[in-house]
Amino acid sequence: MTGQGTARSPPAEPAATAPAVPCFYRVISRREDTSDTVTLELTEPARPSHLIPAFAPGQFAMLTAFGVGEVPISVSGLGDNGGGRARRLEHTLRAVGAVTRALHAAQPGSLIGVRGPFGTSWDVTSAAGRDIVIVAGGIGLAPLRSVVLTALADRPSYGRIVLLVGARTPDDLLYAGELERWRRDGVEVAVTVDRADTGWSGAVGLVTALIEPARLAPGNSVAFVCGPDIMMRFTADALAARGIPVHRIRVSLERNMRCGAGWCGHCQLGPLLVCRDGPVVGYDRAAALMRVREL
Amino acid sequence: MTPALAVRISAHPFFAALTDTQLAALAQDGMAATFTAGERLFDEGGIADRFWLIEQGSIALDMRVPGRGDQIVETLGAGTVLGWSWLNPPYRWHFGAMARLATTAIAFDASSVRRRCDADPAFGYAALRSFTPVIIERLQATRLRLLDLYAAPSQVRQAETQPTDA
Amino acid sequence: MPPNQDSGRQPSDPAVVVDADRLPALFDALHGRGYTVAGPTVRDGAIVVAELASAAELPFGWGVETEAGRYRLRERSDTAAFGHSAGPQSWKSVLHPSRARLWSADRVTGTAEAGETGERPRYALLGVRPCDVRAVGILDQVLTGGRHADPVYRGRRDGAFIIAVECTEPGATCFCTSMGGGPGAESGFDLAMTELADSGGHRFVVRAGTPAGAEVLADVPSRAADDATIRRASTAVNEAADRMGRTMPAQGLPQLLADSRGSPHWDDVASRCLTCGNCTMVCPTCFCTTTEDVTDLTGDHAERWRVWDSCFALDFSYLHGGSVRTSGQSRYRQWISHKLGTWHDQFGSSGCVGCGRCIAWCPVGIDITQEVSALASLQDAAATAAEPDRPAATDGSGP
Repeated sequence: MTGQGTARSPPAEPAATAPAVPCFYRVISRREDTSDTVTLELTEPARPSHLIPAFAPGQFAMLTAFGVGEVPISVSGLGDNGGGRARRLEHTLRAVGAVTRALHAAQPGSLIGVRGPFGTSWDVTSAAGRDIVIVAGGIGLAPLRSVVLTALADRPSYGRIVLLVGARTPDDLLYAGELERWRRDGVEVAVTVDRADTGWSGAVGLVTALIEPARLAPGNSVAFVCGPDIMMRFTADALAARGIPVHRIRVSLERNMRCGAGWCGHCQLGPLLVCRDGPVVGYDRAAALMRVREL
Repeated sequence: MTPALAVRISAHPFFAALTDTQLAALAQDGMAATFTAGERLFDEGGIADRFWLIEQGSIALDMRVPGRGDQIVETLGAGTVLGWSWLNPPYRWHFGAMARLATTAIAFDASSVRRRCDADPAFGYAALRSFTPVIIERLQATRLRLLDLYAAPSQVRQAETQPTDA
Repeated sequence: MPPNQDSGRQPSDPAVVVDADRLPALFDALHGRGYTVAGPTVRDGAIVVAELASAAELPFGWGVETEAGRYRLRERSDTAAFGHSAGPQSWKSVLHPSRARLWSADRVTGTAEAGETGERPRYALLGVRPCDVRAVGILDQVLTGGRHADPVYRGRRDGAFIIAVECTEPGATCFCTSMGGGPGAESGFDLAMTELADSGGHRFVVRAGTPAGAEVLADVPSRAADDATIRRASTAVNEAADRMGRTMPAQGLPQLLADSRGSPHWDDVASRCLTCGNCTMVCPTCFCTTTEDVTDLTGDHAERWRVWDSCFALDFSYLHGGSVRTSGQSRYRQWISHKLGTWHDQFGSSGCVGCGRCIAWCPVGIDITQEVSALASLQDAAATAAEPDRPAATDGSGP
């Protein structure tokens, strides 16, 4: 803009404007995905106290269950970002504690506080012209769903899109119906479970076993990985062993967060503030930190 | 042995540790194999007289558990090796195996390969060097599955800490 | 220069001398402008930071004895009001309070309203040591220098009036010079005072650092500072720089701490550290907080309160049913590595200003300067052990 040359700075990620105060969105739909996971669609209120900017894939919101508390939850869909605002948000979450149990139980019409957007994005568009390999473990498929949808919305810009999914059991598999649709839309989907029941006709084994047979050009691929810490480590190592450069392997880190905005100090992982330098971090930066015990 | 079989074997990274001569020798113990979906390859307790290099398809390792029926332990796909029980006495299968999909593979005569290993230690070492990485990787993967990382906190016994709800 | 003349003083104006018995006029000038004055006062056997109604509440004649794990008041032989160090509180008690309401919300209207309860006062901070001035600057960076500004801190910091008091008597646990600071006030203040309580009387050499400071100073009876007095004040400050109780090698700390993640030394500290978190409470730059959501009995009204937290708390790193840092070793390592090391990565400076409070207020007397020394020695020993044997130097007689 200053006419100082052709150097292009990376696009700024959307940032919260009134970061400490939630805007109360309304639940417009609630879908139970598994026995302990729901997907909620939230809509901007008719007269919002302040505007929440649109979220980029990979970013997270601090969601408030009224009177209970607040937790960080990544967006799991593209929502409605008309006019650069978060008019509609989609979040998949699992009931593991008091706040998430309250959010999990939220019925259409109820209020949920939203603060955000916070954190770094998956930056899917930077993978244009390359193969995309997405590896999801368990609930980690939720933040990665927005990578699939972003790539499908502009399919010609990307090479192969490979999605490898690991779930605990067939009953814990998220978005099962959508996986079929994505296959038809041009995503190569492979699914495996840690433990099968008698009705399962798919693969059984660790998700890393799906990496070797996947069809992709490692030297020209970008990988997006999300799941439990240990799963991300082993997966990223296996992807690197397959030949994907570590700086093109992105993981989504998670740590305790009490503010999401860089003030509370809880989300540190060594030099990183996960709410500000993450949650999406290149494995070249994250690998050494993920290996330190109790860091 | 057919020259085509030797070519098929050498196409697999699994036997990368073998020299051309060793590959040719191994190919003598090999034969093409195909299985239809649902066909059983072997049952637990049977004599482990062969092992397979899977070229295409999917094989499920299973065990008949009283009250649960056939429980699938793991599925193996293209490029992997099926069968280790031939390596150790009493040379009996510890699990069963069934083709999930139509599968093509190369089957190897286990006792013949064992005789070759005994007669030619260099060959035997190269054969073991091919198997041990696979065994180690599968053991590691199995251990990670045992950690049950995808489980919810309530499904796993936690360390002694004071919880705050989140 | 005649007193009480509104001269519109500029920061480059020469220093003046204010007698100690004129401090009430300073209070009047501040109160008259709507400031609430916060400063040191004696309470419960210590010198704490509190709202002061008058100059009489300052700790005239009180000093302190400090050492690792020790803090005691002592009576001074003079009437100095600022002759003490390493109190249990710092200015974060005012700017980054231990309890603050972030918002309150009504379920019926579906909206939340920002802010703390009641009127927010504007604070004049009286008696901010140069180490604490730097600490405020560090908090400025942490809480308002990033992408999102903390509204509670911003609300109290904007419009705060800072009166620095230089050090002439460093404490036994002080090491500000090691951390790039010093006993003299250089910037970041509206007024800076140097206290002299000697045969020349109890007085302050005062200079303005901002136009706002000059404007307040103009309302305080003063006289021009003569060269001898100015020299006496600056000598006292300069000499204080050489009398620090401790030192710390501040170069290369980020690398040292990163390299020490696997050090056996953490076991040694853990055998002493109680993980009580005192150090984080007294440290002027520790800023960690957590939140609590509360409702009334109807459930229709909710509030979120922000409260201080400590990385030593067991549930600080709670995640997925348990904490990431459960051992004492990992929690002490986190605190010191953050303060001296990763703070640079996160905020562009060290987090430590060398005020020595953590040393004094640790119940078992853990000394951050000694811990760094120990880690550095272990690193040196490891590096020496790793070096291959070198052949002795030849005398040049061979090829």
